[in-house]
Order: sequence, then C-alpha cells, then structure tokens
Amino acid sequence: MSEKAIVCKDLTKRFGDFVAVNHISFDVDQGEIFGFLGANGAGKTTAMRMLCGLSYPTSGEAAVAGYNVFKQQEEIKRNIGYMSQKFSLYETLTVKENIRFYGGVYGLSDKQLKEKGDELITKLGLEKEAKMMVGSLPLGWKQKLAFSVAIIHQPRIVFLDEPTGGVDPVTRRQFWDLIYDAAGSGITVFVTTHYMDEAEYCNRISVMVDGRIDALDTPANLKKQFDATSMNEVFYALARTAKRSAD
Amino acid sequence: MKQFMVFVRKEFYHVFRDRRTLLILFGLPVMQILLFGYALTTEIKNAEIIVVDHAGDAASQQLTTMIAASKYFDINASVTSDEDIYKAFKKGKVKCAVVFPIGFGNDLLHGQTAQVQIIADAADPNTAKTLTNYLTAIIGDYQQQINPTANIPMRISPVTRMLYNPELNGSMNFVPGVMALVLMIICTTLTSVSIVREKEMGTMEILLVSPFKPTYVVLAKAVPYLALSLIDLIIILLLSVFLLDMPIRGNIVLLFLESTLFIICCLSLGLLISSVTRTQQIAMMVSMMGMMLPTILFTGFIFPLENMPWPLRVISNLVPSRWFYVIIKAVMLRGLGIGVIWKETLVLAGMTTALLMISIKSFKTRLS
Repeated sequence: MSEKAIVCKDLTKRFGDFVAVNHISFDVDQGEIFGFLGANGAGKTTAMRMLCGLSYPTSGEAAVAGYNVFKQQEEIKRNIGYMSQKFSLYETLTVKENIRFYGGVYGLSDKQLKEKGDELITKLGLEKEAKMMVGSLPLGWKQKLAFSVAIIHQPRIVFLDEPTGGVDPVTRRQFWDLIYDAAGSGITVFVTTHYMDEAEYCNRISVMVDGRIDALDTPANLKKQFDATSMNEVFYALARTAKRSAD
Repeated sequence: MKQFMVFVRKEFYHVFRDRRTLLILFGLPVMQILLFGYALTTEIKNAEIIVVDHAGDAASQQLTTMIAASKYFDINASVTSDEDIYKAFKKGKVKCAVVFPIGFGNDLLHGQTAQVQIIADAADPNTAKTLTNYLTAIIGDYQQQINPTANIPMRISPVTRMLYNPELNGSMNFVPGVMALVLMIICTTLTSVSIVREKEMGTMEILLVSPFKPTYVVLAKAVPYLALSLIDLIIILLLSVFLLDMPIRGNIVLLFLESTLFIICCLSLGLLISSVTRTQQIAMMVSMMGMMLPTILFTGFIFPLENMPWPLRVISNLVPSRWFYVIIKAVMLRGLGIGVIWKETLVLAGMTTALLMISIKSFKTRLS
C-alpha cells in the first residue's frame, strides 16, 4: 500500500482555554515505526486519542488508514489496534479466553480465532500457560500477549501507548522484536515511550513540547540537528523549552 | 450479534470467577429474605406477661386462660401485689401486665362496666402498642363468647378483620419489600461495579477503541446481570413460598414481567452510577449505601409512606422500588391484575426509559 497510514494537518484540540494539542502536522508511512515522544502533559495522549477515534479534534484535519477522523471513526476503529499504558487484558480470564474475546470483538470467525490463537500462543511460547489466568503471568509476558492480541485482527496501524512501562530491559528487547515483526508484516506502528533507547529503534521520531511538534526526523538526523550523541540529549534539549508543567 | 455473544460470555466468566460477586449475587438475597422473614418482623410472639388477679373469680380465670392460650403471650408469673409488677418490669423481661380488680366477674355479670387494667412497658412504644392491641382483641373475643346476644353494652363492639393477612403474618409485608430491596441493590451494585472495574483496569479504553459500539458495551453489560437477577428472583420466590408460606395469588407471568421491568430499571440506574464514578469502591458505596437507605426509607415496607410529611412523600415518588412494592403486593398478595396496577407500571416504565436514555447518553459523551 503506497497510501500513507496517517496524515495529520494542523490537528488541534482545545479544552476551554487550554490548547492540549496545537496545530500538529505529520505523515506516517505504511509499515513505518513512528516514535511519538514528549514529556508528561505535552499532549501525546490527547493526540493519540484523536487519531484512534476516541475524541473529536477541535480543528484541523487527519486521516487514519485513509479514513477521516471526523466522519469515519467506525472505519478507523476497524483498521487499528490499540494497546494502552495500563495493562489491558482481563486478569480473570485465561490466555485463550482473552484471545478469543478480543478476536471475537473484532469480528474474527471461529476458524480464524482458532488458527490465530494457536499461532500466537506458539509464537509467544505460551503453550503451557494457555489455560492459566492472565493475572498469574509475569508482567513482561502479559505485555507481549497484550501486544499480540492488539494486532490479532491484522490492523493497518497499531497504536502503542507506553507499552513497555515497568518492564525489564531484556523483556523490552523481546517486545521490540515483536514490534519489528509486526512492522515487517506491513503493520504501521505508532508508539509513545519514555525510554530513549527505544526511541533509537524507531524509523522516525516526533517530539511534542507544549502541544506542538518541535522536532520530527530519523533518530540519526535528530542527533545531528541537535549536535547530540544520544536521543537522551535531544530529548532534554527540547523538553527544557517547555513552559507547561507536567500533570 | 456474534460479537455481542462473545462479550456476554466474557461477562459470565467474570461473575463466576469472582467470589465477592457471587456472594452478593446469591448470598445477599437468601440472607436478607431469611433475616427479614424470620428475625425482623413487627409481629411479637411469646411476649412475657404478668397477670395480677385481685378478683380471683371465674371470669378473670377464664380470661387468663385465653391469654395464656394465645401464641402471643406467655404468662410469666402471677403476682398479687402492685409492687411486684414494677419489680418485674424493671428487670426488663416482662413486657406487659394485666390487672383484674376485685369484683371483676361480678361487675361483668351485673351488666356494669367491668374494668381491667393493661400495663405495658412503653420504653419500646411499638411493642407496647402491638401487645395492648393483642390484649384488647382477646378481651373482645371473651366478651363475645360469654355474651353473644348482648346488645346493650357491646352494641359497638368492633369486629376487626385482617384482610389478606388474617394471622397478621409479618413476613407477608416484608417479603415484597425485601424483594424490591434485594433486586435494587444487586442490580445497581453489580452493574455499576462491573463497568467501573473495566474503567479502572484500563480495559474499557480497549473496548472503546474496538469497533464494538459503546451502546452495545452498555447493553452487553446489562444482559448477563438481567439473567442473573431473574435467577435471584426465582430463588427469592421459592424461599418465600416454601419457607415463609407466602402465597402467590396473582398471575405468575405478570409477576415476572413486572419484576423484569423493575430489574431493567435498576440496571439502568447502575449504568448511570457507573458513568459518573471512577473507582469500584465509590461505585460500590454509591449503589449500596446510596440506594439502600432511600429504598428502605421510601419503599413503605418498614415506614408507612402515608404517615410521612408531604415533602418526603414527594421524594418517595422518585424511588423506583416504591412503585414496584405496590405492584408486587397487589399481584402476590391480593391476586390483582394489570388493570389495577397499570399506573404504577407506567411510572416504572417511564423511569426505566429515562434512566436508560440518560445513562447511554452520558456513557457516550464521556468519550469525546
């Protein structure tokens, strides 16, 4: 698909006098891993919610998977996956039941559910745990499972909101292997993170400051632009300019 | 539709795997029915009574025997001095005393006004009142017996007939009230908590991002609890009929339809609570405490609404269980049909529609 996965132009969200997201514009290519960075309160989550069809923009334009965020929220929802920073599977359901539930909500047939479910369980090496309650799994496994479930319906774009919060470096690395796999199969990955080592893994990065996008490029170019040796330095240089206090 | 069923099945998993939910769902109704049915009735049985017989004649003894035979009284002791009466009252065991004055039987035989004194421990006014009523009734019976044809002194002897509940069976009044109370609390608590739990866990966000429509989320939440509440209703009815000897005189189908309407009304209230609360604890508090008190106060099964000042009577009209209570009593105890209770049914239906619309709307607007 040559079509852009996400196209955003002057997207704005106001809550009363407060401009949470201030005229942001960017494109994301199909199959790209797009890092969406910013300090707490910079407006990342609000921007992401608009793109997911969870809230209406105040002004501007945006298309996700080719669908308009004002008029075609239903179509958008069918074509995206979403994983939030809060752990989002049901703890009192088993691994299999969670897969069946989320797959079922996305309208997968019984046959697809079975195939996809088995494939997913094998891929994650959860054969023994398939009938265990998700609540009893270690956090890293839960996160990997949550990600796999979020893309079980082969969406065009998957939105990840700080997916690796609280997970150890080894598991994070494994998590990113899954992300690369997904991107390799053509799924666009839109990811927010606070870990700068993860930022380096992205194809391109945008950094939000006070509701604006102040920088947008590949990690290598950004480092050059800010004369920095790591993404950490780039991020600090930008975050220091923020006037808004984090919430 | 398939998506809907997937959701409903998931909801049942939640219910059957959560011991707390199960306890509320099945423990609460059984406990409440047994509690109210057996322990908490206004009926008083085996109250201890003292008879002070200064007369010692046939009439006073016959009357004493009648009192002793009644299931409401146990004769504690026969004392002779007034002193002893007060001593007994002070010990607190005795609730009531009957004093026959000298010449009681004589007065009665000669057509004069025969006096008998009833003393009750009015530290508990309700009990005292009930007991004196029982005694007066027994005395009235006795008069009737010894003098069935007399028409001069007993011309205005009142004939009381306790309609629908001739034995003044306390549980008859309570069971419909408890039904309303239990269904109200279960439906509002469980629905509100189950939705707020999803909010707290973050799974609600996932559901909202999915193509599953918000309205369906609300409905899919309500359906399992509707089914479970109906099971509860059956349990309550079985307990009432077989354990508490409650009659179901009216049409059982009508009874179920009306109950379903009430359940849906409570579920909608639960949905509304869930859309304005953020944590499970608050949702639980609001639906348990916030609903329990108005339901107990304003349903009319403990405190008669007729005796309330008008502002409270107006408020009571807002409590759904108040209407359901009237309906359920009419159908269960009096065997009446829809013709008599259409007004209450309409009010309940109106409330349900309004609540459901408000809750779906607030659920939706919260998203944007």
